[in-house]
Amino acid sequence: MADDPILSVRDLHVSFRTKRGLARVVRGLDYDLHAGETLAIVGESGSGKSVSTLAMTKLIPMPPGQVSGEVWLGDDDLVPLSEKHLLHYRGRRIGYVFQDPMTSLNPVHPIGRQLTEGMRYHLELSDEEIRERAIDLLQKVGIPSPEKRLDDYPHQFSGGMRQRVVIAIGLSCDPEVLVADEATTALDVTTQAQIVELIGRLQDELGMGVIWITHDLGVVAGIADRVLVMYAGQVVEAADVDALYARPRHPYTVGLMRSLPVLGDLERRDLASIPGLPPSPTALPEGCAFHPRCAFRDDDRCATEAPPLRDIGDGHLIRSFYEVPEEIAQEAAAEARIEIEPPDADDVGDAAAEVGSRSGRGGET
Amino acid sequence: MAGYVAKRVAQSLLALLGVSVVVFALIHLVPGDPVRTALGTRFDQELYEVLRARAGLDQPLVVQYFDWLFRALQGDLGVSFRTGQPVTEALMQRLPATALLAVSAVLVGLVIALPAGIISAVRQGKVSDYVANAFSQIGVSIPDFWYGILLILLFAQTLRWLPPFGYTSLLEDPVDGLQRLIMPALTTGVVTGAILTRFVRSSVLEAMNSEHVRFARAKGLPQRHVFRHHVLRNAWNPIVTITGLQLGTLLGGIVVVEVVFAWPGIGRLALTAVERRDYPVLQGAVLLIAAAFLIINLVVDLLYAKLDPRIRSS
Amino acid sequence: MSDDRPDQPPSDEPAEEPRQPSAEQPELERPEGEHRPQWRQTLAILLSNRAAAVGLVVLIVMVLTAVFADQLIRFPINEDNIANRFAPPSADHWFGTDDLGRDVYSRVVMGARVSLQVAAISVTISLVAGTLLGLIAGYRGGWLDTVTMRAVDVAFAFPAVLLAIALVAVFGPSLRNTMIAIGIVFTPIFARVVRGSVLSVREDLYIRAIRSLGASDGRIILRHVLPNVAAPVIVQTSLSLAFAILLEAALSFVGAGVQRPTPAWGLMLADAQRFIAQGWWLSVFPGMAIFVTVMAFNLMGDGLRDALDPRQRTLIEARGAGGGEDE
Repeated sequence: MADDPILSVRDLHVSFRTKRGLARVVRGLDYDLHAGETLAIVGESGSGKSVSTLAMTKLIPMPPGQVSGEVWLGDDDLVPLSEKHLLHYRGRRIGYVFQDPMTSLNPVHPIGRQLTEGMRYHLELSDEEIRERAIDLLQKVGIPSPEKRLDDYPHQFSGGMRQRVVIAIGLSCDPEVLVADEATTALDVTTQAQIVELIGRLQDELGMGVIWITHDLGVVAGIADRVLVMYAGQVVEAADVDALYARPRHPYTVGLMRSLPVLGDLERRDLASIPGLPPSPTALPEGCAFHPRCAFRDDDRCATEAPPLRDIGDGHLIRSFYEVPEEIAQEAAAEARIEIEPPDADDVGDAAAEVGSRSGRGGET
Repeated sequence: MAGYVAKRVAQSLLALLGVSVVVFALIHLVPGDPVRTALGTRFDQELYEVLRARAGLDQPLVVQYFDWLFRALQGDLGVSFRTGQPVTEALMQRLPATALLAVSAVLVGLVIALPAGIISAVRQGKVSDYVANAFSQIGVSIPDFWYGILLILLFAQTLRWLPPFGYTSLLEDPVDGLQRLIMPALTTGVVTGAILTRFVRSSVLEAMNSEHVRFARAKGLPQRHVFRHHVLRNAWNPIVTITGLQLGTLLGGIVVVEVVFAWPGIGRLALTAVERRDYPVLQGAVLLIAAAFLIINLVVDLLYAKLDPRIRSS
Repeated sequence: MSDDRPDQPPSDEPAEEPRQPSAEQPELERPEGEHRPQWRQTLAILLSNRAAAVGLVVLIVMVLTAVFADQLIRFPINEDNIANRFAPPSADHWFGTDDLGRDVYSRVVMGARVSLQVAAISVTISLVAGTLLGLIAGYRGGWLDTVTMRAVDVAFAFPAVLLAIALVAVFGPSLRNTMIAIGIVFTPIFARVVRGSVLSVREDLYIRAIRSLGASDGRIILRHVLPNVAAPVIVQTSLSLAFAILLEAALSFVGAGVQRPTPAWGLMLADAQRFIAQGWWLSVFPGMAIFVTVMAFNLMGDGLRDALDPRQRTLIEARGAGGGEDE
């Protein structure tokens, strides 16, 4: 990864004016993404992970939203660009895949039309070429006999198949960057694994950079090259994936790892989850934003002084005065890892059955 | 789709059957002898016998009902107690005026509601939104007949631009017909527009806030394209539905405006029938209006299904 | 369904209904799914809505006018004065005089009493009848439900004005029969609203649980179902009052409602149109009275809907909390 990054985000800030004051949702985000690289951005809902990627091409309501900083895509900074100019980047150079395939697709149009409408604007191709390309894309994402399905409507596809269509749309104009925003969250375990595998394969084939947004550290280990953990609009820990799982340092990262459900021991999730709620973006705490929920807080310094993001070597960054002790961190990472080993078909089946029966029983209590 | 159509048609037929029972019962709910009451001081034994027999009032109720229903299905709704005119004929004479007014009202309503509702949704919270909201709030609260009287006061009484009331067939005298249509159509149209504005606004807002619109924007499509194909196209279904329902309601609901403008429609026919206790005419008018309402509802639902691929293919 | 439920902690119970844990009905944790309105919060939201607050003030003025009409009128309402017909508004006759020389102001004031009385009584009729029908249909279900709802469908096939006219034709036109007719016309609306909310709470875990603990149907309906249907019924009541006033005025206007010489606003407008050339004040003031009253009820109804709709409430809270990615 010595080559120049295809995407560089520098000091990105996103805020919303609200009745209760300014909501600072993203507070100074920096990262690079290289061709063929997968960057995972991990955090709870409200951490700013999703907004930060939407704000790159101003896909947030503006006003009340405001964006500042720099977003370099190749030689272009997107932040100062007008809506009209941004159209050449959205979908064309940064493709998006959203969380819920049930709602991402417009129910009243056939999927072929939804797949091609972006290409018609962005690519200088004839109708015939666009159609061929659409069939080719559907084939790539694994939709059987695609030429017959172009005129089908979204409701005629299963959830997993719809998400494949959404991915095909995200890839339709050969973007340099693909943002997969909780792209597997709404799917069942088996389908999740398939979609993860699909995006990985397409990435190898097409060479784009992928930003994988998720709240699930379990998914990340198998697919990401580098991980950013976000909390309250800031990166709290960033590292190459192996380094992170070998030795997570930040109390929040460890907390997230410990709150993962572990196969065969789903009860753990409740026992070990992080106490409290993330702070409101209009009322961020003094000092370290995480200190009110932190189990490793040491002294008053955390409550008064905001820790800087510091490099502890090899590009491993943490935003904390204190690191989680080694044994605890490694134990948490090891447990988190159990689940994320690339599952073979049998395991996935068992997992699905397990989760299914658990939730079934859970409903009655 | 075929199953859905069959189900909706069956539902409508069932409701129509219920309507027919109610309409039939109407004449039997009247205390006393309806024919005697209707004839009043003009009582004549021979005429009385004929009208009673014609209305089938000597038969047992169930027989009367099926007899009446059977004849109604053949288009025979009996004769007027007052004039002896076949009820069907009287209704057909009045239908064009009512239909013209109802359709004009819906057109006026749409001309107002589509721009007002869309602008109000797009510029949510802005001045134009407040103006549109105020308009629809006023429109749904204003008594239409009062508003009609105010129009007469202004355009006929004071400015003398338009005739104060009356109806001329557009086929016979288009200019006079149109002049006489303006005020009644504005009266019902503005009220209809107020109701429709709310629906257009909420349908467009709902479509605008849907996730697929965000995804369409993420494809890099121009705002205009997104708005046309992913907002308006989706808002269209509820708008078509509610417009159709309004038309159905108007067919029977403009009684009062017909009175204000001396408009010779079905509503006024029904009202006159009430005053004269001419029950066959009242029954006929009510049956026609209710049937029209049910049929329009049915058509609207089927149209909705046609517009919505989710129902179409199921 | 889960997203339009209020995120209220169970402890935030309305003070009106203290819960008494007892042996036969053990304390159950009230689930988040309860649609029960939070009265104090509702009032606060309602009053923060400027339009609804204006509506409320206008309504209070109208009710006071109706109550103290005898003190507020300036002339006997049915006293003819042929010598002073069609007098324009003046210091004596604020709203002018009509075709019989009667004081329009006094008649409009007294008309408030007629209008509000008809609206209140007819809506009470439909509220009681419709709520009963809806409760029975929704709670019992089965064929009772089917029959009731098909009957409601049939009723909806008739336009309200026409149905009311037909009913008045059957009963004979009078103040009392007008109220009964409007009451009947509105009953199906309430039945449908109530049934809908009953259905949505009937299968709630919470209600299933207390039923399995042996609570009687009457107790369940009274203590648990009714409070949950209260919100939509209150909204519907306000909107129906608006519509009842319009409907009564329309019926009276066409002669199928309140009869002369009762000073009903609709009747006054009917006379005004006959004498439209003689004076604008005849039509303007009674019509304005109807318009303002109907508008006030509508504003209240809309405000109540917003205030009682849990989704709306969470929306307001979310907006207050400010953005985030889940907007």
